[in-house]
Amino acid sequence: MVTVDARATGAGRGRRGHPIGRLVVSRLGGGVITLIIVSIVVFAATQILPGNAAYAVLGHNATPARLHALELQLGLNRSAAAQYAAWIGGLLTGKAGNSLANGQPVWALVAPRLVNSAVLVALSGLAGALIGVLLGAIAALRKDSLFDYVLSVVSLAVTALPEFVVAISLVILFATVVFQVLPAVSVLPPGTWAWQQPELLVLPIATLVIVVVPYIFRMMRAAMIEALESEYVEMARLKGLPAWRVLLVHALPNAVPPTVQVIGLNLLYLAGGIVVVEYVFDFPGIGQGLVNAVSNRDIPVIQLIVVILAAFYVFMNILTDVVALLATPRRRIAR
Amino acid sequence: MAVPGTPIDAPPPGIARLRRHEWLSVLSRAVRTRRGTVGLSLMALVVAIAVVGPFIAPNSPTEFVTAPFSGPAPGTPLGGDALGRDVLSRVLAGGWLILLMAAAATLFGVGAGAAAGISAAYLRGWADALIMRSVDVVLAFPSLVFALLLVSIIGPKLWLIVLAVGFSHAPQVARVLRSSTLDISERDFVKAVELQGVKPRLIMAREILPSLITPLTVEAGLRLTYSIIIVAGLSFLGFGQPPPAPNWGLMINENRIGLQLNPWGVVVPAALIAVLTIGTNTFSDAVARVALGVGRQAEEITPLEGHVLVAPR
Amino acid sequence: MMVGAAHALRPQPARLVVENLRIVVAGTSTDVVDEVSFTVRAGEVLGLVGESGSGKTTVALALLGYHRRGLAVGGGRVMLDGSDLLAMSAEELQGVRGAMVSYVPQDPGSALNPALPVGLQLGEILGAHQDPGVSRDADRVTEVLAEAQLDATREFLRRYPHQLSGGQQQRVAIAMAFACRPRLIVLDEPTTGLDVTTQRHVLETIRSLCRSYGVAAVYVSHDLAVIGQLAQQVAVMYAGRVVELGPTETIFGAPAHPYTRALLRAVPSPERSEVLEGIEGQAPRPGRRPTGCFFAPRCPDVLPICRESPPPFVPLLAGAHLVRCVRAEEPVTRSVIARTVPASDPPTSLSSGTLEVRDLSARYGPAPVLYEIDLRVGPEQCVAIVGESGSGKTTLARCVVGLHDNWTGNVDFCGEPLACGARRRTKGSLQRIQYVFQNPYTSLNPRKTVGQIIDQPLEHFSHFSPIERERRVVAELEDVSLSSDFLGRYPDQLSGGERQRVALARALVVEPELLVCDEVTSALDVSVQAIIVELLRRLQRERNLAMLFITHNLALVRSIAQTVVVLSAGKVVEQGPVEEVLERPRETYTIRLLEDIPKLAETRTNGGRWR
Repeated sequence: MVTVDARATGAGRGRRGHPIGRLVVSRLGGGVITLIIVSIVVFAATQILPGNAAYAVLGHNATPARLHALELQLGLNRSAAAQYAAWIGGLLTGKAGNSLANGQPVWALVAPRLVNSAVLVALSGLAGALIGVLLGAIAALRKDSLFDYVLSVVSLAVTALPEFVVAISLVILFATVVFQVLPAVSVLPPGTWAWQQPELLVLPIATLVIVVVPYIFRMMRAAMIEALESEYVEMARLKGLPAWRVLLVHALPNAVPPTVQVIGLNLLYLAGGIVVVEYVFDFPGIGQGLVNAVSNRDIPVIQLIVVILAAFYVFMNILTDVVALLATPRRRIAR
Repeated sequence: MAVPGTPIDAPPPGIARLRRHEWLSVLSRAVRTRRGTVGLSLMALVVAIAVVGPFIAPNSPTEFVTAPFSGPAPGTPLGGDALGRDVLSRVLAGGWLILLMAAAATLFGVGAGAAAGISAAYLRGWADALIMRSVDVVLAFPSLVFALLLVSIIGPKLWLIVLAVGFSHAPQVARVLRSSTLDISERDFVKAVELQGVKPRLIMAREILPSLITPLTVEAGLRLTYSIIIVAGLSFLGFGQPPPAPNWGLMINENRIGLQLNPWGVVVPAALIAVLTIGTNTFSDAVARVALGVGRQAEEITPLEGHVLVAPR
Repeated sequence: MMVGAAHALRPQPARLVVENLRIVVAGTSTDVVDEVSFTVRAGEVLGLVGESGSGKTTVALALLGYHRRGLAVGGGRVMLDGSDLLAMSAEELQGVRGAMVSYVPQDPGSALNPALPVGLQLGEILGAHQDPGVSRDADRVTEVLAEAQLDATREFLRRYPHQLSGGQQQRVAIAMAFACRPRLIVLDEPTTGLDVTTQRHVLETIRSLCRSYGVAAVYVSHDLAVIGQLAQQVAVMYAGRVVELGPTETIFGAPAHPYTRALLRAVPSPERSEVLEGIEGQAPRPGRRPTGCFFAPRCPDVLPICRESPPPFVPLLAGAHLVRCVRAEEPVTRSVIARTVPASDPPTSLSSGTLEVRDLSARYGPAPVLYEIDLRVGPEQCVAIVGESGSGKTTLARCVVGLHDNWTGNVDFCGEPLACGARRRTKGSLQRIQYVFQNPYTSLNPRKTVGQIIDQPLEHFSHFSPIERERRVVAELEDVSLSSDFLGRYPDQLSGGERQRVALARALVVEPELLVCDEVTSALDVSVQAIIVELLRRLQRERNLAMLFITHNLALVRSIAQTVVVLSAGKVVEQGPVEEVLERPRETYTIRLLEDIPKLAETRTNGGRWR
């Protein structure tokens, strides 16, 4: 029992605007700077570095004439700054150039994939968050029970599994060797959308949910246990409040903010996780698009997809912080 | 406050003779926990197969010995793969490179990340801002996407994959080590030495670094698991070792079209990868738990706890 | 004090009866507390006194039929108006808690839910225990808060705990405890961490509420003086047992247990300059308690029989006074008079260590913390800086040693000006001024042995050989009353008092001329505090040290310092010789501060036999 006299004296706090406004502005500013640097890095890496894009695309047996023609097409003969300006301008105005693989406009190629991937990420995120929070809360309430123990061990094992192992296992279980109840691949006919054939979404979503749930489960469990063992929950019990009220009104609101952070982190993770999962199931999203583009060295497509993923990361991060802040009165309201 | 029941064996007296290798004791105590034992055994099993395998494989991993996707037979106990090569021999020969690459990537990533994080915390000011901004930039690329980007530029070179995987780990490691360093450098026991006018470099080496070894150990374990996942994943996507080389990740991809004919070509390499990552993860979890216990006892809670729970790949 | 007298006239029926309460570590037979029995009548306050680890909070929570995780009830009864709380079902307990028996926590900062407005937290206790429609909650909340001297505006009810001061938070907790007019209220160190003035107001509120509603109360504290002011009965706990129980006047005036006597001798007094006597050693933890009397290893009056079997709880004064000691009935022969500190000789001025602070102003970021401080510490003199939390006393100490560098003005040591931060000071001045941190749990590197910790400054400042250094480290350890066995131990193997002694040894081993002690006893129990203070005083005299002693505890000042500087809101309010300032204070702030300190002497009757 150490009594420390170092209590914060609110003296240092001046009025510097609303905490949320301040956070959003500073984080948005930082995010935009990060994104600009990201775009420069992506651009420099793919277009300026030695053995330029045209060479990379055509390979060793390119004739000088073809090389020159491609350089012109890609605008490689201009200065680096001019190329970057043209590229970034194109990205923002929806004219990001044409695919090197089939000549189609890049945005037209990526846009439907983006929608499909967004559906996949949103549904997996939602399902993962719900399941994770629920299981975590139950495990915390039944701490040290068999349910808690089994779930903790399973979650520890599952966090370690690569997505493609999970995906293949699901294919073996439900689509090929053991049962054949679900499609092993999720190929969408051109012109159709992911949600029009829900059975195609089941295995990709299941894979992502399995990978994401353990993290959310572990955080929710830990946050909930911390809340349940806190002095304020002890106090609520000593006030003679009914058990449901102690749980829902006193413990839960304090377990939410850290869990929101982890849910956010896992949505970010999903942005990378879709690459492998879409590839396994042949699901036409940006992840599969990226793998194909890398195989074909389709530089404009790679550039666009990587920048989209980075932008998702940056803004999702900010959103997570804001939501977590809103859920924490101690941080939301100045003294 | 000491936890009741902790052994208090007074070590022999003497000033300079004693040094507490805390991380060694953390590791050895972790091994003795149930999780630690299980994790280490799983790891050891897969490592043994990968290392000894190439020498005991019955067939050449690239030789066509049977019909494509033929089932298990006397000469080929796990059947044939997509091209009629011996699955067992390819499994035995296909693990060591993944292990080597993952270990190298971890070493590089943890080293680079720790250096960046500790220097950021130590130098503060603009160097800190610069390092942490770069960390933000690298973080904006999912690990796998970052590796894919580099592969698309330079081509599927193995050294490149090692560097890319390591480099994409560095930011997470940097963040953890930076906050640990900042946290420890604000402690009273560090202030007590600062008050004597001891040079910052010496304070860093003698007071702060020893306290960082434990978070570093835990971080290394975690990153090893993720390195294996990404290295194997890249092989699975076809950007690792080129065919016809035997490689667990590549095998899964090559053989999955014949799942219904001979599932062993997929199941065995997938199971080995799973056992390996479960093993490393379980072991690093055991280490983290022991390390946190040690921290508690010393009235010291590092950002580890949150990190171990939270960090997605 | 007039609390006891009024009560004695009309005895009330017993409201709370605790019989042989036993709490164990869950799943084992290791007891945390055992054989705890006492009775509290309506309108009466029982003070439960003990040092850290004595089990007093465990007992307090058991009075609500509650125990923390990892513990279990091992037996006994807690009867509230005839019904046993320990035998109740969860539903029954839920109806009793908050309504019949309520709890005021030690730290309302963590016991109030940070995510909920205080109005909701107050209202829900009414909602849970009142018949719907009796008197609607909003009015009742206002009423309840007014009783705890809080003005319940609508805006106030919407605030979150972090927006309230420590005193306000504690008043909310008290209002909550009294809201449903309980029969028993359990207060667990409710004023720890509050300033003396706030503490006095809170205590007055508790006292008047208990009296006007006839509530029985159990007040848990480590602070004997607070208990003395509030309680009619006192139970002293040591190592999970009640070792002495009786009327307040008897416990304070004629204590019969050696532990109670030792504890009382360890409490500093603002009225007299006394030699404090601590208790060496530490209380045995659950599972490591000896077979005989638990206090035997530390007891000055121990007999061979004490180590053989646990002593019985002996009744004295026809049963009103119970003592767990075989020698309880013997007349006290040992150390009955508290020694006053001998007047120190005038400084002989052999050493030149003089600290002069002139016009010192300091800021934390943009906020000013200290304004134009002037003070002087002469050679071999101990100057105490006294102030409440937020007064800037710690900042002042940190400016002097160079830990805080955002200040202006002059700090001269031995006539030479000191630079702002430690990094810009000369090696010589750094060696001559040494600093001891407040919290010994954080100031020692957990990864180094005691030997390495004390050797480190010696290695930095001196050119001695390793053998000579080791000799000096051992000598220094012995001077702070630790044996050379400690050389190889790590801080986590030491008790709080031992750690602070190691920290002292580290500061003293380089032979400084000025020692700056920043609240060095505030993290320690009172029996350990006495040991450290006595040690400091001895060392200061023996080594001709100048000392700057920072504290919030005015009573301690009397025992150690010659000069006192009273600090408030960053300004010096009053300074002068200790006796003059404490006996004839001139400033209203000092007068009020002195009045507000709970004083042990006020409860002592007729110069009791223990001193």
